[in-house]
Amino acid sequence: MSILTYRQALNRTLGQELARDEQVVLMGEEIGLFQGSYRITEGLLDQFGPRRVVDTPIAEEGFVGVAIGAAMLGMRPVVEIMTINFMLVAIDQVVNHASKIHYMFGGQARVPMVIRTPSGGTGQLAATHSQSFENWFAYCPGLKVVAPANPYDARGLLRAAIRDDDPVIFIESLALYDTKGEVPDDDYVIPIGKAEVKRHGRDVTVISYSRMTAVALQVAQQLDAEGISVEVVDLRSLRPLDRPTIIESVKRTNHAVVIAEDWYSYGVTAEIAATIQEEAFDYLDAPVKRVAGLEVPLPYAKDLSAAAKPSAHSLVHAIRSILK
Amino acid sequence: MELPPDLLHQAHYWMRLTRALDDRGTFLHKQSKIVGGYFSQIGHEAISVGAALALGPDDVAAPMHRDLGAYLVRGITPQRILAQYLGRVDGVSHGRDGNIHGMGDLNYGIVGFISHLPASLPVMVGMAHAFVLKGEARVAMGFYGDGGSSQGLSHEALNWAATFRLPVVFICENNQYAYSTPVVRQMYVDNIADRALGYGMPGAVVDGNDLSAVYHVTRTAVERARNGEGPTLIECKTMRMRGHAIHDNMAYVPPTLLEEWAQRDPILRLEAHMQERGLLDDAALSDLLARIEAELDAAQAFAEQSPYPDPTTLTDGVYA
Repeated sequence: MSILTYRQALNRTLGQELARDEQVVLMGEEIGLFQGSYRITEGLLDQFGPRRVVDTPIAEEGFVGVAIGAAMLGMRPVVEIMTINFMLVAIDQVVNHASKIHYMFGGQARVPMVIRTPSGGTGQLAATHSQSFENWFAYCPGLKVVAPANPYDARGLLRAAIRDDDPVIFIESLALYDTKGEVPDDDYVIPIGKAEVKRHGRDVTVISYSRMTAVALQVAQQLDAEGISVEVVDLRSLRPLDRPTIIESVKRTNHAVVIAEDWYSYGVTAEIAATIQEEAFDYLDAPVKRVAGLEVPLPYAKDLSAAAKPSAHSLVHAIRSILK
Repeated sequence: MELPPDLLHQAHYWMRLTRALDDRGTFLHKQSKIVGGYFSQIGHEAISVGAALALGPDDVAAPMHRDLGAYLVRGITPQRILAQYLGRVDGVSHGRDGNIHGMGDLNYGIVGFISHLPASLPVMVGMAHAFVLKGEARVAMGFYGDGGSSQGLSHEALNWAATFRLPVVFICENNQYAYSTPVVRQMYVDNIADRALGYGMPGAVVDGNDLSAVYHVTRTAVERARNGEGPTLIECKTMRMRGHAIHDNMAYVPPTLLEEWAQRDPILRLEAHMQERGLLDDAALSDLLARIEAELDAAQAFAEQSPYPDPTTLTDGVYA
């Protein structure tokens, strides 16, 4: 067992997978010489050389397509997109190509690739650097989407993603990179498509993923002192979505709050709320409450930015509002 | 070709103002008054100022993050720019966007940029297309860099402009590095401007640290565009003298390369040229620098007194 940051967990796992399987190659902007814009690939160029750790031109759609071609021949490319905002430049290759090749070409070729990218807003980076688009990819059959909330899950899910035979979008978070946690040293894998109850509680279920799971755990601890017992379900995978774990929890607590960083309408929270309504309606003592981003391009000015984003404060308010 | 004295004096003022304002912003970032990204201008002043001076008052330009000089030349004041950097209501975007991103003002023919370069290029092509449809003798200027030249979008924009013979001037600022990636790892050609041939437009390679050369070549391209002769691609060779943004110590750049380019500093070169022609002496230079510092002191005071935007206005303007 080691104590690692989320960043270290990703870095070591990439190194171990490069060492374990020579079909694994990393591609992305600034990942080699610069060792990653957020230092996730630190030391890997030195260790594995430029054939395995490839610095790319600024051409996201192009190098995602290159990764697809390499993956179709059995390589396992792990692509870094500097932020999920730049995924939009590559989205045609992801959605119209990577996700559909296995199905539409009659199962002739698999596309075992991973795209790693941080999502969400932090540090006043304003509208085009603070968006959450994991729901766009989770919407698309043929893709798998995972979003770990701590170093342990980051390591286990990254291994699973790299070893998976389908394209996996691996969602990271700038605000989580420096968070620490216990990580076993053995070669464990966390199955894609399995949520986890991160904290058990009696009164209300909070459903979240990635950084909002960390916020939910903080709120659960805070409300515990007031006698409100909060259960936290961490989705870990957005597609496939582990509906049974969500439903089982809500059937016990009879209350549900869903929190995510993306915009309120058409976001992840809407999918979870609809699932609960369909499968646990008779168990609910109050309507499902959603906490999400205000529907505005995230502005730069500090007060404006803070007012637009979901927070511990807004989660507490939502929990209280349905437990009255 | 020698430029007239008054044009050189203008250019000199704008280039010195650009560098001093950039230094002022760096200082405010170190004081944590400016947060988030901050992008140095050092080494790009002759390009941004020279190209912007070649435009007419009704023309439009979409500068990028190294083109502070173009914003100033077009009329966006240091007051508004510092207020923008500080996220205040008097900033160009009223606190919506930060640093030099989103700092456009159409009243001055400036279209702000987003970081996904070269996202502005097709937009400038679109404005040029509209000029032609409306029968207006105006020119659009799009700026991008060696990094953005690898994006498929730059190909689409240049191809469209050439196909429709549109009045566009493309300024490609080749500063040797896209973030940490050197040009040799981005392309297999020596000159980005050589690609112009493949689109069917003239291409020119210019010393981007030579104000007179940048102005002369850009002016020729602007006149060509205005006369209905179509677009031009101008590649300005320079060197990014600081990291991609302020967080980046650019340990990946060989120090000898920076020393070599420091000898070609665009401002010092212009000043040497003006001194040779008897247009500048030490006393005039120190007067100018003092005047600029006083101007920036006043601009900073204005920006720091400007209020932060009211959170109740948060959703204003999402729709027209």
